[in-house]
Amino acid sequence: MTEVVATNETILVVGGGISGMTAALEAAETGKKVVLVEKRPYLGGRVSQLYKYFPKLCHPTCGLEINQRRAKMNPNLTIITMAEVTNIEGEAGAYTATVKLAPRFVNDNCTGCGDCGKAVEAEFDDEYNYGMSKRKGAYLPHVMAHPMQYVIDPRIIGTDDAQKAKAACKYDAVDLDMTEREIKFPAGAVIWATGWQPYDAAKIQPYGYDRFDNVITNVEFERMADPKGPTGGKIVRKDGKEAKNVAFIQCAGSRDRNHLYHCSRICCMASLKQTHYVVDAYDDAQVTIYYIDIRAIDRFEDFYQTVRAMDNVKFVKSKVANVITDKEGNPICRGVDTEGYHRYENTHDLVVLATGMEPSVAKGDFPVDIVINREGFIEPDAANGGVFAAGSASDALDVNRAVQHATGAALKAIQVVNRVARAEA
Amino acid sequence: MSDMNTAMIEKYRNSFLSEVEANVEEGEWVKMCMQCGVCAGSCPLGDAWEHTPQKIFMMIRAGKRDEVLQSDSMWMCTSCYNCIVRCPRELPITHIMHGLAHYAKRLGIVPQGQPTAKFAQLFWNNLMKKGRVNELKLGISLYFMNGFGEGVKTSLKMKDIGIGMVKTKRMNPMEMLGGHAVKDLSGFQKVIKKAQELEDARLAKHGG
Ligand SMILES: Cc1cc2nc3c(=O)[nH]c(=O)nc-3n(C[C@H](O)[C@H](O)[C@H](O)COP(=O)(O)OP(=O)(O)OC[C@H]3O[C@@H](n4cnc5c(N)ncnc54)[C@H](O)[C@@H]3O)c2cc1C
Ligand code: SF4
Ligand code: SF4
Repeated sequence: MTEVVATNETILVVGGGISGMTAALEAAETGKKVVLVEKRPYLGGRVSQLYKYFPKLCHPTCGLEINQRRAKMNPNLTIITMAEVTNIEGEAGAYTATVKLAPRFVNDNCTGCGDCGKAVEAEFDDEYNYGMSKRKGAYLPHVMAHPMQYVIDPRIIGTDDAQKAKAACKYDAVDLDMTEREIKFPAGAVIWATGWQPYDAAKIQPYGYDRFDNVITNVEFERMADPKGPTGGKIVRKDGKEAKNVAFIQCAGSRDRNHLYHCSRICCMASLKQTHYVVDAYDDAQVTIYYIDIRAIDRFEDFYQTVRAMDNVKFVKSKVANVITDKEGNPICRGVDTEGYHRYENTHDLVVLATGMEPSVAKGDFPVDIVINREGFIEPDAANGGVFAAGSASDALDVNRAVQHATGAALKAIQVVNRVARAEA
Repeated sequence: MSDMNTAMIEKYRNSFLSEVEANVEEGEWVKMCMQCGVCAGSCPLGDAWEHTPQKIFMMIRAGKRDEVLQSDSMWMCTSCYNCIVRCPRELPITHIMHGLAHYAKRLGIVPQGQPTAKFAQLFWNNLMKKGRVNELKLGISLYFMNGFGEGVKTSLKMKDIGIGMVKTKRMNPMEMLGGHAVKDLSGFQKVIKKAQELEDARLAKHGG
């Protein structure tokens, strides 16, 4: 799907996470032409990698499925995956976008049967599971992926595996001759929804993420809790031991001027949610949450109080100073608490770092003129012209707030293309 | 209690935080502490002293003037800088600790016999004479810091190390006779005088 028909009345949406999808659908459903460009081979962004949503503890796949159905039904919406915007030139009402298309090596004939995947032998780290498992060189990114099409890893191109994949496909869907391409098309307004990425936990040296197997991040923990994830939903350590005594270290990177200036807003709630995963998994679970202060904003207070009341959950008001390990590899959290200044050294099975969100696009890497704040998020500013941020590209937001923000961005973009339409009429 | 201490108590009655902000080097940072505890947990000697930086900063805000200024905790800081590099709020913790120690010294309320305070005074006196530290004299005055008997004992204990240092030219016994100065001793004295003026002006600004 690479033929893009666009005009100055088209809205370009960059990033197909929950925010980009929302903005694209809201705009398309008002009758506007929308092109949605997504870097990954599938839509949904990071919420597709979450097991459950706070506060309802429902599954993200549910909301994503509704959006995917809306997308399929809407003729105004063109979706391009494995595509990255490399340049945007022009001004509000008259932009030209340059988009780089990476080859999927699989065309629209793909039925998702998976025969290519079975035929291929080479394996690579599965990015969907943050490298906690392997996937084949021909793969479906995840079971609910949209589009439901396989991808061939460029690293097997030119090897026997590529030929095996091609031979295995009964639908002539494997096309090994695809190459990287660049396309250019016009747009009147741009919605920038490139989202977030987890802060690199290895940079928080005292917590030893790069040194200790049993120190992991909250995004990895989401994958672990998911029955479709790398451990089949079992909360276990790399050495196979059940992780019943789990510690969460809040503000890992956030609210720390050595790392991220901002509060990431969602990680308190994420850890409270993940506490449910642990206590649901084991009757004799023991959870400890180390925190500076819990930021369960407005209506999330109830969620917090529920967890707070659990008798196998302990809250320690202290930012852990450092993590060491014992001979069995058990992580030990060390520090001093703020309620009495007691020095502690607590041994756990597993430490989960509540790492924060940072913008997925680095400050200097925006292919478009746009105002960026100290934290690296997009600032609303008249100087941005017809480019509007949506969702967590604008700030650390949860899904609810990201979606509200995206709807607002859609309205702003619609106003711009409406002006173009009036001028052209 | 010194006159200056009495005057300060009157001036800042019930507002020890303001007093620290006005009179302690980097003291204006104290209010930025969010009590996370990282400094307390990161200090390699933290469990050896009575008050960690985290606790000291809370005590300052709670107005615990006597407990803070007469604590010997800030004198125990080894300047390892672990807390500074880790503090999420970038407080210059080490410098505040030294600032507190210095302020207590100015007020004349350092705990009796505090060894770091004694050593600091010896170091300063030694340095001021020639603009450089005379290590031989400083070492010896350190041995005798706690009286003549202990001084003789420590000197004998360290004898072999001393001889070794002389042999490897790490120490010159002639330094005992006066010792050599920095090239421009009067220039050095001017620098110190200027620094003293600046410090006095800073304190005068706050009426200290
Ligand atoms: C551990 C954890 C748990 C969480 N749990 C919850 C929860 O339970 N409930 C909740 O409400 N929120 C939760 N959140 C927050 C939630 O993940 C975010 O609110 C949500 O992902 C924001 O969606 P988004 O579309 O703005 O960004 P993203 O999900 O990051 O989507 C951005 C999309 O843009 C694409 N993209 C990036 N760069 C480019 C480019 N240059 N060109 C094209 N495409 C690009 C990306 O591939 C991605 O698909 C959690 C967060 C964490 C860290
Ligand atoms: S949401 Fe909680 S854990 Fe995350 S940065 Fe803010 S206070 Fe820290
Ligand atoms: S590390 Fe910094 S913010 Fe935390 S308690 Fe110490 S001084 Fe305060």
